[in-house]
Amino acid sequence: MKAPAFDYIRARSLAEVFDLLEEHGDSAKLLAGGQSLLAALNMRLSSPKLLIDITRLSGLSEITVRDSAVTIGALTTHAALERSPEIRQRLPLLAQAAPHIAHAAIRNVGTFGGSLALADPAAEWPACCVALDAQFVIGGKTGTRKIAARAFFKGLYETALRPGEVLTHVEIPVPGPDYRSAFVELAQRRGDYAIVGLAAVAKVARGTISDLRLAFLGVASTPALARKAMAAMEGRRAGDAAAAAKALEQDFSPVADLYSSAATKMQLARVLTGRALSALGA
Amino acid sequence: MDRTHEITVTINGVKVTRRVPARQHLIDFLREDLGLTGSHAGCEHGVCGACTVRVDGTIVRGCLTLAVQADGRRVDTIEGLSDSGELAPLQEAFHRRNAAQCGYCTPGMLIAAQDLVANHPGATREQIREHLSGNYCRCTGYQAIVDAIEDVLGK
Repeated sequence: MKAPAFDYIRARSLAEVFDLLEEHGDSAKLLAGGQSLLAALNMRLSSPKLLIDITRLSGLSEITVRDSAVTIGALTTHAALERSPEIRQRLPLLAQAAPHIAHAAIRNVGTFGGSLALADPAAEWPACCVALDAQFVIGGKTGTRKIAARAFFKGLYETALRPGEVLTHVEIPVPGPDYRSAFVELAQRRGDYAIVGLAAVAKVARGTISDLRLAFLGVASTPALARKAMAAMEGRRAGDAAAAAKALEQDFSPVADLYSSAATKMQLARVLTGRALSALGA
Repeated sequence: MDRTHEITVTINGVKVTRRVPARQHLIDFLREDLGLTGSHAGCEHGVCGACTVRVDGTIVRGCLTLAVQADGRRVDTIEGLSDSGELAPLQEAFHRRNAAQCGYCTPGMLIAAQDLVANHPGATREQIREHLSGNYCRCTGYQAIVDAIEDVLGK
């Protein structure tokens, strides 16, 4: 399978990217790693006239640690996040999720920002960002703006990005010292698309859960924050996962895919809730 | 706008300059333009791993990388890594363990396995399987391949 013909420009600055996006509009696509984009082009699911390669732009692949937050450049690769001691220490959820993303050769190239901007409903990073209440920094010709991860994902492959805008950085608040995290996922084979996955973060004090965040992937067209299940666990022991699992039905009705019915997905979401809470309480 | 681009890539230690179409994959550039047919094009959407090559020392998918993206980079293929002797212990172990049947996946398997040998020499059998999850073999059932890699890691 070969991609349809397109032209290619290696951008030298964000300003040039904004100009090119203004000039070419919808017929241009950003190449930010390309591990989903090039596969989609090979299968001719998309046929842009121009690829704007942003992978060599400087200043967009750093992980910067400040007191209460970590800023991750959009071009940081999955592998860089997987290996980073700072991420492991301050945002362990991301280190826990990274090995679930595709395979080593793809994690070496695919990027954090690319995955977020694509907004695949089975992707790991969008759910992690929703669980951690991240802020997305978006650049455009007229300046930058910030938007919460929880408001960014609008639908299937649909985000709050406007024409001409580029996701440049993600700011993630570091949870307090009593917080723990867990990432669990079910897939047919290691590295395959998730059937259902769950990013979980909570404050755990002597086995008691508070401020729980449960963000599911693979159950809806966007990451699903299970607010009813989160509330049901407030002040409970981590072992009382049945309360959260029961409340899940009020949070979402999973969408069936080619392989799993809606009922199967709901059952798997309950199973993952139990596993994640047990990992948080351990 | 011009749809072909001039690139200069260091392939297996040799600097090569060519004009390539923007849409040409690195794997097709290696195989068709340079005659380096050791790397294979399998699924062509990033699933099977037969096209695994190294760019600037890290393993990548040759079908999910454009040739034009390799401009200024160092690319190592099965030919170069075999000639240099880097893969010799794995090649010997694959041979001894009968870890190839049709051989289509073998170049990708060897390069992916060498990544583990170089960077995670203490990997367990389970970790070997995880690392190879992106490389499909339709013949061997993987047991012999994992055995061979385990032999090299155990040394």
